[in-house]
Amino acid sequence: MILLESLTKLFPGQATPAVDRLSLEVPAGQTCVLIGPSGCGKTTTMKMINRLVEPTGGRIVLAGEDVTGMDPVALRRRMGYVIQQIGLFPHLTIGENIATVPRLLGWPAPRIGARVDELLTLVGMDPAIHRARYPRELSGGQRQRVGVARALAGDPPVMLMDEPFGAIDPITRLRLQNEFLRILRTIRKTVVFVTHDVDEAIKMGDRIAILRDGRLVQYGTPDDILAHPANGFVEEFVGADRALKRLDLVTVREVMQADSGAPTLPAGASIRHDATAKEALSAMLAMDQEGLRVVDANGRLVGLVSLSGIRRLIAGTTTLPA
Amino acid sequence: MQWALTHLDDIGWATWEHAVLVSVSVAVAFLISFAVAIWASRQPRVYPPIMGITALLYTIPSLALFALLIPLVGLGRVPAIIGLVAYSLLILIRNIATGLREVPADVVEAALGMGMGPWQLLLTIEMPLAMPVIIAGLRIATVTVIGIATIAAYINAGGLGTLIFTGIAQDFPAKIVVGAGLASGMAVGADAGLSRLERRLRARRAA
Amino acid sequence: MVEAAWAYLLSHPKLFRDALVTHLTLSGCALAIATILAAPLGIILSRSPRAALVAINAANVARTVPSLAVLAIMLPILGTGFAPSLVALTLLAIPPILINAYVGIRQVDPDAIESAVGMGMTRLQVMARIELPVALPVISAGVRTAAVQVVAGATLAAFIGGGGLGDFITSGIALMQLPLLLVGAVPIALLAVGTELLFHLLERTLTPRGMRPGSS
Repeated sequence: MILLESLTKLFPGQATPAVDRLSLEVPAGQTCVLIGPSGCGKTTTMKMINRLVEPTGGRIVLAGEDVTGMDPVALRRRMGYVIQQIGLFPHLTIGENIATVPRLLGWPAPRIGARVDELLTLVGMDPAIHRARYPRELSGGQRQRVGVARALAGDPPVMLMDEPFGAIDPITRLRLQNEFLRILRTIRKTVVFVTHDVDEAIKMGDRIAILRDGRLVQYGTPDDILAHPANGFVEEFVGADRALKRLDLVTVREVMQADSGAPTLPAGASIRHDATAKEALSAMLAMDQEGLRVVDANGRLVGLVSLSGIRRLIAGTTTLPA
Repeated sequence: MQWALTHLDDIGWATWEHAVLVSVSVAVAFLISFAVAIWASRQPRVYPPIMGITALLYTIPSLALFALLIPLVGLGRVPAIIGLVAYSLLILIRNIATGLREVPADVVEAALGMGMGPWQLLLTIEMPLAMPVIIAGLRIATVTVIGIATIAAYINAGGLGTLIFTGIAQDFPAKIVVGAGLASGMAVGADAGLSRLERRLRARRAA
Repeated sequence: MVEAAWAYLLSHPKLFRDALVTHLTLSGCALAIATILAAPLGIILSRSPRAALVAINAANVARTVPSLAVLAIMLPILGTGFAPSLVALTLLAIPPILINAYVGIRQVDPDAIESAVGMGMTRLQVMARIELPVALPVISAGVRTAAVQVVAGATLAAFIGGGGLGDFITSGIALMQLPLLLVGAVPIALLAVGTELLFHLLERTLTPRGMRPGSS
């Protein structure tokens, strides 16, 4: 869907390129997280995709079409754009903010109105209450919801998000992350997501691209990167607890075994099938048990999860020689 | 410009008169406005109307104010100084009160928490913090008064305006140019000097 | 004395009306010309930081030059009458409008501009839909400052034969006729205060609802 080929940006007056021959493919409908330490070129890479930064080399291909030389204004209307500081227009109502791109695209008024209400509902805000409000009347979390709704308004196939939840308090951030994942399940978008937070990358990304000094260090699924870091830099970047982080990516249902009638477990030693393997491990350690019963939403026994099963799951995690 | 060279003493005298007129007016206004501003900044109900009224009075053109003062106090330095003090007051009260009110509430609370009395608070905390805004007020007042004082010459208050008005009356360009030039120079100079002081104070506070 | 002034006004209606019309024409034209010149210039300057540094500093210096100095200096250059007064008043009105137009555009939230560009607005659309509406309150505050200054400056036009209400004051002082002073001074004061209030109202009207202080 989005194909970057040897994408390069050399800012005038700089000796080394900010982004250096970066090649990357983001399949349609997937979320690709660009991550790395500050100055690694992740934001520059994103801004080259909507050409807020003009590449000095390489190509950008969007849905099979080379857009490297395309009129940036037309290109940007096919992409939603969300930034950390949100940048809501203070003189326009929430409804008018969301209607910006549909208006630019010349939609008829009734369609725009319907779209605004649909999007406000999608991001969990009541249109009747919020449509006519102004940005400064909203909380930070609400503003970012509006920012996401505004970017989705023209129904672009691509969303570019630059640390969209970075300036929000941890509890609201968690809620917005979950909501955005829910939204992505209902509407398929190809997302490029910039963050510096490894946990956020693991949570939001189908794929993670780790950048350093403008170069792509590793590109793979979150589990792949946690299990097999390409080098010491990645290993250190994702953190010493990466084995545990892998467990966050797996649900108990995926690691449980059929119930072989283990009679030794005490009554309280059970866990829901949709909990993560990490939660199961935590419960086993806390209860000092070798295993737990797995129950479904109705409390019916569906299997067993064991300490040894979890061990096997993360046993493949590579550790590079120091 | 031959005239200027042969009349240096006249020009010097006019400049001196102008400077005295300005300094006296601004100094008097500074003392009065301090008392008023300290009081106003502590009265939440007085502060907004004072801000509104001073802003409105400030728009009254100086020539009109001088004309209104003539029936009361006649011509000369007295109505001039009354008018100049009035304009300075309007500016200084606004700035001093605003400066004092802009002192962060947490700083004031911390000072009170350490057991400072109201005067200690004012002298050691509020005044130093408000100083850049106060100096900004002093700058605007001085520049404004230098300008208005030229007009005061028309009601016989002396100063550089005298050169301008005699130049106009006698159709004598050199007098106009010298008078207008020196008044402008004085205003620009005062602005630059007090701006520097203001910037220095702000920089020190930021450090 | 107030009665004498009132009587003078009633017995010289045409004289007063002409002076008022001259005063308003002079102020209005100067303000209009200055706005047409300085507001676009300030907006253009916001695009070129280097030119802006020079122009805004120059405007700040020009702003401190006394009104009387600007009017008086017209005399040796352009002579007496309406035209030199108009030029002088226009010059007086330019700095505040120029500075505020520049500042108004510059203080628009860069993140709002980045999102606007990122959403696919052209430069013109960003200017027309985001920057100008957001900057409008600051720009109109500059016009208000200029308007008040021009109305006050127009009283000084009397000194260089430009006419206006200042004429009553100059002749009142020359003839030491106190009622005449009132005929000039009171309408001038009311005009100035009225201008301030009128433009204040205009500024409020031009401020988008979402940006008005204390309306949330």
